Amino acid sequence: MKRYVATRMATMFGVLMITLLITISLVGSNMDTILKQGIVFQVRAEIAENPAIAESFSSVEEFESFVQAQIDQRIKVLELDKPWHSPQRIGVTMYKILLLDFGHATFLTSDEGSSNVKDILFEKLPRTVLLFTTATIIISIIGIFLGALSSSKVGSIVDRITSSFAIISSSFPVWWIGILMIFLFAFTYQIFPARATPDIPSSDPRYIGSLLYHMALPLITIVLIGFGSWAYLVRNFMVGIMQEDFINAKKTIGISEKKIIYVHALKNAAPPIATILALSLSGSLGGAIITEAVFDWPGMGRLYFEAITVMDLPVIIGATYLITVFFLISIFIADLLYGFFDPRVRTGQ
Amino acid sequence: MSGITPQEIKQEFLKSKMGIAGITILIVLVATSIIAMIVIPVETFQEWNNPGSWILYPKAATPIWVNMFLVEKIPEHQILENPDIQTISQEEISLTSHQFGLNFDYDYFPNDFLYVFSSEYLGSPLLKMSVIRPDGVKLELLSASLPHSNSKTIHSERIFSTDEAIKKNLSLQSEKFQFSLDRLSSEDIVFSKIQTNEPLKGNYIFLVDLYGVNYENQIHESKLIIGGKAFGIMGTDELRRDLAIGLLWGTPLALFIGIVVSIASVVLGLLYGVYAGFKGKKTDETMMRFNDIIYALPALPFLIILSVTISNSIFLMIGFLMIFGWVGIAKVARSMSIQIKTRGYVDAANIMGQKDSKIIFKHILPQLLPYVFASIAISVPAAITTEAGLSFLGLGDPSFPTWGQILHDANTFGAAARGLWWWIMPPGIMIAITGLAFVFIGNALDAIINPKLKR
Repeated sequence: MKRYVATRMATMFGVLMITLLITISLVGSNMDTILKQGIVFQVRAEIAENPAIAESFSSVEEFESFVQAQIDQRIKVLELDKPWHSPQRIGVTMYKILLLDFGHATFLTSDEGSSNVKDILFEKLPRTVLLFTTATIIISIIGIFLGALSSSKVGSIVDRITSSFAIISSSFPVWWIGILMIFLFAFTYQIFPARATPDIPSSDPRYIGSLLYHMALPLITIVLIGFGSWAYLVRNFMVGIMQEDFINAKKTIGISEKKIIYVHALKNAAPPIATILALSLSGSLGGAIITEAVFDWPGMGRLYFEAITVMDLPVIIGATYLITVFFLISIFIADLLYGFFDPRVRTGQ
Repeated sequence: MSGITPQEIKQEFLKSKMGIAGITILIVLVATSIIAMIVIPVETFQEWNNPGSWILYPKAATPIWVNMFLVEKIPEHQILENPDIQTISQEEISLTSHQFGLNFDYDYFPNDFLYVFSSEYLGSPLLKMSVIRPDGVKLELLSASLPHSNSKTIHSERIFSTDEAIKKNLSLQSEKFQFSLDRLSSEDIVFSKIQTNEPLKGNYIFLVDLYGVNYENQIHESKLIIGGKAFGIMGTDELRRDLAIGLLWGTPLALFIGIVVSIASVVLGLLYGVYAGFKGKKTDETMMRFNDIIYALPALPFLIILSVTISNSIFLMIGFLMIFGWVGIAKVARSMSIQIKTRGYVDAANIMGQKDSKIIFKHILPQLLPYVFASIAISVPAAITTEAGLSFLGLGDPSFPTWGQILHDANTFGAAARGLWWWIMPPGIMIAITGLAFVFIGNALDAIINPKLKR
């Protein structure tokens, strides 16, 4: 078991590094251009603030060469004179990112006005977790219950409705249903707010209530689209288990059908269900980008989208890193759960 | 997987209602694509993002069939292109007259009207516009001379109903109406009853007369547009584009993206997985580690970064989608090929000294075919929705507007807030129907391959 955990962890760490490397190499050259422009801007601004510097030069050429020297010096300090793909710079960048030091955002700020990427990310992250974890938990509860119910009556109306709902709902994009829900319940019938961003500052005590109220519409949408396929999956696991010999044996002993389904069969379906739960928790983080953009929910997904639209590279790198970390952790947990429930995996056969 | 012949699969498939439904929808979609490609020339479609080519269309107009459900009819947008042309010459004066007949049978005033023409003339001819209404009243709209020219010249102009000259002319005829014309727009006056300011139904005739001296003038491209609030089968969007064209052309694009991505990724994953499983040992280990890495990459953030930094061309996008598509299939294909590898006939082939490639292609792959078709069908919707999602975020290929992109535009112009349902509903429904067709086919196949689920 220890060895299994160790190899999995090593793989995960490797994946994390590769993800970082790919991200950096995709945005690296743009990043350099933006950073250099930033330095030029900074130097010029400092000189403009202090007119005495400009006056101390006799000719324009002399002044310009001084400015250029200043710029070059700062570029050298930040090692921007080397290309972004020099091993040294990549190493330093990756080391910094590993320690969650993402630097400062170019355009975006947190609600408090901090431009530190770390502050921004850790302000948005809890909101995404709040929305998507709540949704996933509700989905899984409804899904497990409905799935167990329809597996106990295969071919019944409940089963058919669940299965067809699962198939139909899985082919609609969540974000489109989101737009429809906004159209219906925010504008046509004004029940919920259209923008999910709470309109009172986070210091206000009523903030939490407002946040929950604004969360309702996205939550309903995600649950509505999600629970069908969950129920269908659980149903399929259960149908498989209900055909096993031990269930038949229990039936012949005379244990009640209800008890068999909800206790014995469901217990046996637990490993795949737990695995899927772990995976869907992380999967929802990635899918959050579009959903949050639609509902204007102030979480990681919308941050990511905003960062992409204005090309705020430090934020993009930071958010990608964080999403990857969460994704990997949940894959890791899913793997462990699977190994825990199914000994064959553990021993590597 | 236990030796089902293609005939059996076909038979079972035709028995499954779901499979039939899926195939039917797919056939309809393919037919739509073919019709779209034949009826709507690619050139029209490529003009999608060019505002100039949509200028004669109305802004955010509802589909015309909405009128069937309404008691009070919304005016349809009408583009009248074929006027009755009369040419009269008396001594040195020549008159070219264009007559547009219009049946106005709606309960609201039109949005505006617009006369577009280009004229070939000499000198400075006089252009007169007037309208004869159903109640017999004739209203003078405009009387203006075209810019003077000593040589033969071609002049193009658009005369809008908001033109000050038209307004002034109408206010000079205010005695014909029994209410004050102050602050009313031209179309509200022209199409109004005499007694009250309500729309007057019936046949209108718009006259455009061009008087010239010593030269027979001609009007080309004479068009009268009565701006309405309803247009076409699918309506128009804020940028005046005919949504029917976008939706129709979206079908072949979505099918192309979905099918290419799924076939390519399934084939790739299959070969990769089968090879890894067949080779086993070190090769298997390394290949599966690589598979793990791709599997652990968060797909959507990466797709976004790729399309932003590299290119948002639709063909590259298909490639990017493939990168993330093959992984799951490779895993399943590997475990299946490990099972098949242990069967007697593969051993026999091995002992006979057949080449690896021959064993894989002749003995292992055919066994996996049913599974392959099922997974191709099942992975199509994901490809379509992912592309739609990227386009929705504004990262799609602007030269090939897809359903996702139409939804992106709808979102940008706040279609939900403004109640423009015909801009939001159809693209999403099309995405869902297309996805559904493949999900149906995939599930029907899946049920045949895994009979356990059927009970």
